[in-house]
Parts: sequence; structure tokens; C-alpha cells
Amino acid sequence: MKPAPFTYHRPETLDDALALLAEHGADASPLAGGQSLVPMLNMRLAQPAHIVDLNGLTELGGVVITDGWLEIGALIRHHQLAHDPVIRAAQPLLAHAAGTIAHYAIRQRGTLGGSLVQADPAGQLPLIARLTDAEVVIRGPRGERRMPVRAFLVFAMEVALEEGELVTAVSFPLLKPGTRWGFELFSRRRGDYALASVATTLTLTNGKIGELRLAIGAAASLPQRLTGLERSARGGVPDAAWIAETARAAAAAAEVEDSPQAPAAFRRELVEVLTHRALTAALTPEPA
Amino acid sequence: MEPRVPIRLGVNGRQREMAVPARRLLSDALREELHLTGTHVGCEHGVCGACTVLIDGTPARACLTFAVQVEGREVTTVEALAEGGDLHPLQRALGEEHGLQCGFCTPGILMTFAAYLRDHPDPTEDEVRDVLSGNLCRCTGYQSIVAAVLKAAHALRMKAVG
Repeated sequence: MKPAPFTYHRPETLDDALALLAEHGADASPLAGGQSLVPMLNMRLAQPAHIVDLNGLTELGGVVITDGWLEIGALIRHHQLAHDPVIRAAQPLLAHAAGTIAHYAIRQRGTLGGSLVQADPAGQLPLIARLTDAEVVIRGPRGERRMPVRAFLVFAMEVALEEGELVTAVSFPLLKPGTRWGFELFSRRRGDYALASVATTLTLTNGKIGELRLAIGAAASLPQRLTGLERSARGGVPDAAWIAETARAAAAAAEVEDSPQAPAAFRRELVEVLTHRALTAALTPEPA
Repeated sequence: MEPRVPIRLGVNGRQREMAVPARRLLSDALREELHLTGTHVGCEHGVCGACTVLIDGTPARACLTFAVQVEGREVTTVEALAEGGDLHPLQRALGEEHGLQCGFCTPGILMTFAAYLRDHPDPTEDEVRDVLSGNLCRCTGYQSIVAAVLKAAHALRMKAVG
């Protein structure tokens, strides 16, 4: 398995990269960490005439907190997402989830921007971005725009990126003080794509549920927020019965795909168990 | 004739030059241009881990990297692990613990853990298993590899103490 021939470009600035993409249009493919694109090139599922290597663009490697947002450059690797002290402090859920992506060597190369653009239904980062109402920062021929992840993710492996545009950063709203979180996934072997995953954040007000967010990944073509369940959870008393009931309701409400590898009934069970675990983790007091 | 791109890179501490088609995978460039056949080529889509090398000290799949991308970088392959006639503690432990049979997956495992143990000198068994999940072995059942990595970690810690 060897890729088809291509011309290789290694721009040093974002403007140069955008100019190359504008010049070559649909014949060009941007290359970030390459952990999804290069397998597709090797198998010749993709055969772009031009590869624009983004790895030299230091502009895409920032981690900045401003006005309630944590803005992370598109070229930040999963390993750095998992270990960067600023990210761990501001978005511990994102850091934790990034540390579960694929394998150690893959995490050293795969990037935040690449993962969002890949939009794999089982991807951890699209799920966390959807849960937290993150925004994607996009640069293209007509300048810069921001788009909520909800609108950016169109379908499995499909995003609202126009020709010639690049994701330059992903901006995550900072968690409200006191926010608790949980993340759980199930895969058949460690590091495989998940068959189902669940991410949650919640706040407590006087011992009752304040704001609950609950998102399901890998079960259908897009990460899903269970907004009805989130609304009805407000004011609930988060005891064991509430956790069990919420997990059951999540399994009933989630859209799940049916496949020979993972029948819909199995996925629903996974959603229930993983929701149960994620809520339990979120509600477990941190060690003092 | 497909155009070739001239590149310079460091390989195992030596400056090397070559001219390769842009699409030449780093795994193939190491084996075919530089005759460093210790880097094995398994699945060629990033799953098996056999081709794992270090790029500037960080483990990476050589089959998911184009040789032109490592211009100016330092690549470390399994050939660099033994010093003189002395096997690296990981290599020795894999032998002692029967952590290999056919040996096809071994170079990737060695390079992955050479970097991992450098950064995490005292891993738990669970952490070792998590990292090992990125390297497929069809002979050993992994048990003996886990034992070898833990043994090598201990040996490396002792060596660091002196």
C-alpha cells in the first residue's frame, strides 16, 4: 500500500498555506497529524495531487485563555491536550478524553483541528466540543469566521468547511466554577474506536442538579446532546435512584445505529451503563 | 520519471542525505534508501505499530509519515538502541522474559517503550498495558512483553541511580 504521487508543499505561514489551497482548490489536501489522512492516502481512498503540510505553521500551536474562552490551536497534539497544565486546569474533561484517544504513538501526532475536521462519529474531541458548545475558528479566502461545533459537524466525516478554508483553532468556553464532569467509553480493545461514549458536565445548587449537560458519542452519525433530558434534570436530587433513572432515560432517548458489529439494543445498553458510570464519576466528591 | 525531493535529516546521530519521491513513506525510506531494515513494515495504515520510530525523540508511525516531512529532524530507529555490543535493557529484558517469538513486532515495541520509559521511569502494569495496546503481537499474548517492560523499567531506574 503506497500513496499515489503528489506534489508536497510545506508552507511556513498560514497565509502561504491558504494561498496554496486557493491555488490548487479541490486538488489539494491539507495534512496535519496525518493519523487519519495518511492511511487513506496509503489505501488510495484519497489521491490529492497536492499535499499542503501544515506542521510548520507555528501560528496554529497556541493555547490561550481570553474572555471566558480557552482557545487551542488546531495543531495541538492529543498528547499535549492531555498533559498541558493550562488545558488540564481549564478543561480537565477535554484533557482526560484526549488521553483516551487511540494509542500513545498516535496521540503524539494526531491534532485537535484534524480530529474536528475528520468528524469521526466515534471521535472523543468532536464529542467534548459538542458537549461544551465549543466554537471552531476558521480562516479562508474571505477572512476569519467562527462557527459553533453544533453547526460545523454536518454528518459523519462531513463538516461545514468551504473549499480553501482551514480550521485554525477550537475555542472552548471555560467551565463554570464548581462544574463536575465524567467521561466514559466502551471499545472492544483498548485504543479502538468506541462503540459508544458518554460525556457529562453538571453543577450542583444546594445539593440539587443545577445545569446538566449530557452528550452521547459513537452511537450514531453525530455526537448528540440529550437536551430534553438536560432540561428535565434541573432540580433533581442526585442520588443513586436519580443516576439510574437518568441513565435509563438517556438510553431511551439516544439515537443509536444498528450494525452487525454493534446491534442497536447493545448500543442502548452501553449508553445506559456508560451514562451511569459518567454521572457517578461526576458526582463523586474529589479527594480533599 | 517521478520527481525526487532532496532531503537532509539526522538518523541515529548521523547526517544523511537522500532524494525521494514526495510520496515515499519514512518506513520505506529507512529500509530502502538507508538499508536500515530493523524498522519493520506491517499494516501500513498505522494500526500494528511495527514501524514505530522516534522523530525528535517522540514515537511516531513511520508508515504515516512521509520522508519529506522529516527534513531537518532527527530520526531514531531500533539500530541505535544497543550501545557497542551491549543490548539496551529493554532488549535484554524482552529476551530474558520471552517477550518475543517471531520478532516482527519487536522493533516497534522497543522504540515505543524506549521513549515511554524515558518519560515515565516507574510505570504501573496498567500504564504499560495501555501503551502496549498500540503495538500488535500475534505470538506472545503480551503477558511476557508486559513483564519485560516492567523489568527493563526497574533496570533503567537502577542504572540511573548508578
